[in-house]
Amino acid sequence: MRHVVSVLVDNQAGVLSRVIGLFSGRGFNIESLSVAPTLDPTKSKMVITTTGNEQVLEQIKKQLNKLINVVKVIDYVGKEYVEREMIMVKVKAKDETRAEVLRIADIFRAKVVDISSNSYTLALTGDKGKLEGFIEILHPIGILDFIRTGTIVIEREMHTRRKLSL
Amino acid sequence: MKRLSGACAFIEALRCEGVKHVFGFPGGAVLDIFDAIMDAPDIEFILTRHEQGAVHAADGYARSSGKVGVCLVTSGPGATNTVTGIATAYMDSIPVVIFTGQVPTHLIGNDAFQEADIVGITRPCTKHNYLVKDIADLARVIKEAFYIARTGRSGPVLVDLPKDIMKDTIAFKYPDKVELDSYCPTYKGHLGQIKRIVDLILKSNKPVIYAGGGVIHSNASEELVNFARTMQVPVTTTLMGLGAFPSGDPLSLGMLGMHGTYAANMAVTDTDCLIAIGARFDDRVTGKIDEFAPKAKIIHIDIDPTSISKNVKVDLPVVGDCKMVLQGMLSQIREQKDEIRELHDHIRPWLECIDKWKKDQPLKYSQGSAIKPQYVIEMIDKLAPDDTIISTEVGQNQMWTAQFYKFQEPRLFLTSGGLGTMGYGFPAAIGAQVAFPDRTVIDIAGDGSIQMNIQELATVVQYNLPVKVMILNNGYLGMVRQWQALFYKKRYSQTSLAVSPDYVKLAEAYGARGLRVENPGDVKDAIQQALAIKGPVFVDFVVEPEEDVYPMVPAGAPINNMLLV
Ligand SMILES: Cc1ncc(C[n+]2csc(CCOP(=O)(O)OP(=O)(O)O)c2C)c(N)n1
Ligand SMILES: [Mg+2]
Repeated sequence: MRHVVSVLVDNQAGVLSRVIGLFSGRGFNIESLSVAPTLDPTKSKMVITTTGNEQVLEQIKKQLNKLINVVKVIDYVGKEYVEREMIMVKVKAKDETRAEVLRIADIFRAKVVDISSNSYTLALTGDKGKLEGFIEILHPIGILDFIRTGTIVIEREMHTRRKLSL
Repeated sequence: MKRLSGACAFIEALRCEGVKHVFGFPGGAVLDIFDAIMDAPDIEFILTRHEQGAVHAADGYARSSGKVGVCLVTSGPGATNTVTGIATAYMDSIPVVIFTGQVPTHLIGNDAFQEADIVGITRPCTKHNYLVKDIADLARVIKEAFYIARTGRSGPVLVDLPKDIMKDTIAFKYPDKVELDSYCPTYKGHLGQIKRIVDLILKSNKPVIYAGGGVIHSNASEELVNFARTMQVPVTTTLMGLGAFPSGDPLSLGMLGMHGTYAANMAVTDTDCLIAIGARFDDRVTGKIDEFAPKAKIIHIDIDPTSISKNVKVDLPVVGDCKMVLQGMLSQIREQKDEIRELHDHIRPWLECIDKWKKDQPLKYSQGSAIKPQYVIEMIDKLAPDDTIISTEVGQNQMWTAQFYKFQEPRLFLTSGGLGTMGYGFPAAIGAQVAFPDRTVIDIAGDGSIQMNIQELATVVQYNLPVKVMILNNGYLGMVRQWQALFYKKRYSQTSLAVSPDYVKLAEAYGARGLRVENPGDVKDAIQQALAIKGPVFVDFVVEPEEDVYPMVPAGAPINNMLLV
């Protein structure tokens, strides 16, 4: 099962490699990773997406907590949260496909961030599903280059019982 | 405030931690510290002959005394030579602080002479480690290093000290307390869980306690003995737990696992309530995991949450210090006299069954014309004083010691359990002898292992440490040979030690005493003679070459599936 785990750590040299080393040393899987400082510059937040059964996840969380530089670990499974990642894709755009690419970008609300005589570079944020759908549609047109960030998440404030999806 | 050099501040910090002994080896990157050590007669420095020996010695010092062991080495090769020692301490949760020299900060990352990224190298085998990049952090880092090493689940902490930091100066102040918001081990167990544990045990019919090294680390032996005797629950221990429960006690089952006793392995397989205390369900203990304690409700008390439900699904976990949780259990049962009486009644058949297992299949060996290694160990047990500290190397010598030396108290047995490091025993014995200069310290060694840190003979002679090394010389890497005999059709690939030194001459060459024993009839005299000698002694027991360790559970088999003699 896929899990999104956020890890609040001391913002110090070597902390990232402690966390990564723990995953590789214990045979845990990392699907994606994103790290950046928090509003408190002495702390960083990492978001790791990983897969594993309940027992593996339990171990991952405990092992992370055991690292001296780890302040807090949150597993988002069972929580309401907003998830985003971002991709930038350079797509072939020549003659007949030029308009088609823009149309697709519009439907997905992607932004054109660069342009050349035979390509567009599009940037899109969204959750995993949306990004994968976007890539699938663009594929037949011809993807020249592609880059993707790790997932980031934030917990929802539950003002209403309904799940808002904006 | 007086300004001190980094090197002097380092010494001052050791004083603040109450350090009396440091094991280590000098080099270019730590010249300033070694210079400062000359002016610190209150801190005794023990120069080992290899950095691995220094870490094992600090480890043996820590295991025997319960204090944090301290080690100081130079950068590069000095630092990398400590890795096996650190990993050994890490696997067995031993509190040691290792200080390594480092090239000056402006050269870090430049492939400078004798540079090694020791913080990177030891990240997975330390509890935590530090590179001090600013002298302003020095005192805080040392304070944290000692604190982290000895608290919670104890373990090794490494501090890397660049040369320029040791030359820099600072107005030294040692912090009063540690401020680590992300590190706060749980000591007190959950009261509700403690009550549930006691209830579960009181209702069980076939309870067994499985005690590990955690009981020794938390100094919880007395509480364990008290609890087991009050409840009449039999106790088996792991290799690391030997001594936590007196092996002379009628409730003692001895060690469990791959070379455990028949009674211990049968009891754990049959129990309906397994109480794991400070143990971690290592594969050498559990054998085939699906068939380990298959009928039992499992209770697990441990200070490290990651140990709980790691290998075996636990029914009743308690995170906490073994001593405090056992104290909680003891106060819980104080009011339950009737229930305890009832428990005694209904577990009587269980205790009888266990006694029968013990009588049917005791640990045994047969005498022959050659010296039997088990006999040597039994004689050492008989002749050495009660407070003798025993270390071992790794292999058959280690397993026979675990089986045939009857440990009655904690902290008398020093052995590399988790990592199984050949070459551990001799330097560990040095550390123990430094901690307890007036006690007898014996390394029960194999002829293979002893050669892995034999250079420490110079250390015992230099400091007149009267360590006794009893070599069970079988001419083989015996434990590996045993596996080859049992599972590889006796194809003894690279396990015969065709060439070995003359240990008597070798000891004498270093200025120690050496004895050789070839006949069973001379074993007793030789041990007595060795014990009477005031200085270090090597005793070379030429033993039966192809003796095997039994019982033995083949790797991956359930533990009630034992090969017996
Ligand atoms: C550093 C290291 N290398 C290899 C091993 C694998 N090993 C385990 S026991 C053993 C044989 C030890 O031989 P010896 O010290 O003579 O002890 P014996 O089993 O004969 O008593 C070996 C090679 C180990 N445990 N440690
Ligand atoms: Mg041998």
